[in-house]
Amino acid sequence: MSIFVDEKTKVVVQGLTGGQGRFHGLRNRDYGTQVVAGVTPGKGGTDVDGVPVFDTVADAVAATGADASFVVVPPKGAPKAIVEAAAAGIAFVVCITEGIPAQDEALFYNTLRRDYPGTRLLGPNCPGVISPGKCNIGITSGAIAMAGGPVGIVSRSGTLTYQALHELSQQGVGQTTCVGIGGDPVPGTNFIDCLAEFERDPDTKAVMMIGEIGGSEEERAAQFIAAHMTKPVVAYVAGVTAPPGRKMGHAGAIISGSHGTAQAKMEALAEAGVTVAKNPTEAGERMVEVVKHLA
Amino acid sequence: MDLYEYQGKQYFARFGIPTSPGAVADTVEEAVARAEAIGYPVVVKAQVKVGGRGKAGGIKLADNADEVRAHAGAILGLDIKGHVVRRLWIERSSNIAHEYYASFTLDRPAKLHLCMVSARGGVDIEEVAETEPEAIARLHVDPVDGLSATAASAIVAEAGLHAEARQQAAELLVNLYRCYTEGDCDLAEINPLILTTDGRVHALDAKVTLDDNAAFRHPDWEEYAGTDTYDEREQLARERGLNYIGLSGSVGIIANGAGLAMSTLDVVNQAGGSAANFLDIGGGANADVMAAALEVINTDQAVRSILVNVFGGITRCDEVARGIVEALERVDLRSPIVLRLDGTNAEAGREILTEHESDRLIVEKTMLGAAARAVALAGGKT
Repeated sequence: MSIFVDEKTKVVVQGLTGGQGRFHGLRNRDYGTQVVAGVTPGKGGTDVDGVPVFDTVADAVAATGADASFVVVPPKGAPKAIVEAAAAGIAFVVCITEGIPAQDEALFYNTLRRDYPGTRLLGPNCPGVISPGKCNIGITSGAIAMAGGPVGIVSRSGTLTYQALHELSQQGVGQTTCVGIGGDPVPGTNFIDCLAEFERDPDTKAVMMIGEIGGSEEERAAQFIAAHMTKPVVAYVAGVTAPPGRKMGHAGAIISGSHGTAQAKMEALAEAGVTVAKNPTEAGERMVEVVKHLA
Repeated sequence: MDLYEYQGKQYFARFGIPTSPGAVADTVEEAVARAEAIGYPVVVKAQVKVGGRGKAGGIKLADNADEVRAHAGAILGLDIKGHVVRRLWIERSSNIAHEYYASFTLDRPAKLHLCMVSARGGVDIEEVAETEPEAIARLHVDPVDGLSATAASAIVAEAGLHAEARQQAAELLVNLYRCYTEGDCDLAEINPLILTTDGRVHALDAKVTLDDNAAFRHPDWEEYAGTDTYDEREQLARERGLNYIGLSGSVGIIANGAGLAMSTLDVVNQAGGSAANFLDIGGGANADVMAAALEVINTDQAVRSILVNVFGGITRCDEVARGIVEALERVDLRSPIVLRLDGTNAEAGREILTEHESDRLIVEKTMLGAAARAVALAGGKT
């Protein structure tokens, strides 16, 4: 099995007629994903390489039964597109758009939380989700993933998500699902959401988690792991030697209760029983050992 | 983008948040002229984006032109924690009865806005948060609902602001929330927010961080660009549109994606070296971007070797390799370059580089191998 998406997932691509949408949407279809529709207001009735285009998500859902959406829309239009997908009953929305203002993110996140609790948003500003051999929504290269499990991956960073997939595939360790949650201020899906799903998924036997400096999501994930996870977790946190980032005035430090350093995150994860690696390669090697023990 | 105090106050003013009358001055003579126009006594304030200005001698009271001249002369050019003062803000001095604190920012874990108000302003508020957390009233604001006048009044009362300040402070809070949301701030903070002896509430300081992602709907933000100072390397990187942060080591770093770039810094450190910079070239690793990146790193005299770490997802490694070859024809590099290419079309990329390989251009198969090689070429730890 896998989490969030599988071979039955039917995807509508919002922005399919744009350059990015066409490139990634068709690439996802070539991977084997059921890309059943595109949406671009005013272009209903046309098609992109055989994929029918509709004016609205509601029209696309009515005609094709799409249950997931891939939002490839520039920052100005993305908030509206996300809420439109949720209003049309889409259960899983992936938004890769980079550069959406934080105020917009806070607004659509809370709009979904209140009015459309049945919709899960992944992103924005994330590489997407891939369940190898079944479904790929986003910009991850399918070639670096390996089907068959037993490892689930959740990552906050784009290229490090690829690096994690690569390290495991190189060592012959497959993945159930790899989720890139993105590093924006208000991610629709966070580490804990993914860890909980992986814990429930019978085919996922171990989880690799890739974090980075800033915020307190890794510390919160560590608390969740200590309290709720029975499956082994291997983690890497990027940025031990990163340049000191912008400090968000006093208010930011007061809320997070820590300064979000990689060191603090790694310590919290280690205390929660997580195997903490000092670089992505070591994380891959540690996971190979963990997987050997499973067998 | 962080704003200077004077920019923050001007930004506040657009949303009806009261501040002291004041003006900007870049020279001693300008400072005197502004002070004459405003009326004494005035406060001469250093404009730097760092805390602790008062303790460093960057904020002085002046009762007449001679005092303004003396203070402005002393403060302009002053080095405050590595920030040299180039600009002053001259404002009318306030008679302070009480000092408070107010701010809005995003509470990331809660995914809601957070309003904080305290009657214990004017001091190190982080210390107050640690030693007396109950002295700060907190209110989560759902962006769907916004901040009502009733809620603003309630938190002002809860924070224990003096009775005569409450109504004005609540009104100010509603305007500060508008500034924070409509004005696309990551942070809008007033410390201290004051009650004057004649019963007026206004912002005596302004700490505003704008959300760069929202610049597309604020064309007026243009005016804030160019008011910052960067070192030579960072200035060139900005002109080339690169995400670059200068550091003090000897291994120049080029990577695609912020996470991979940070991870590259980590492995260079683990190999016993230190990075000269952070540079994320993002997804578009073509010849132009690569040439610009190499050009910026080449201006750094401390660099002894360059490490290029690219993981091709959408970025194709053969394009990256062609970009590097083309860039090397345009830029005369002082340092040897170590490359690691992985992911989409990595083999094709490595093949393109084969005929260019030398002791000045080295291809390594793994990230750790490349880091070790680059550190060795840089002469180990610096």
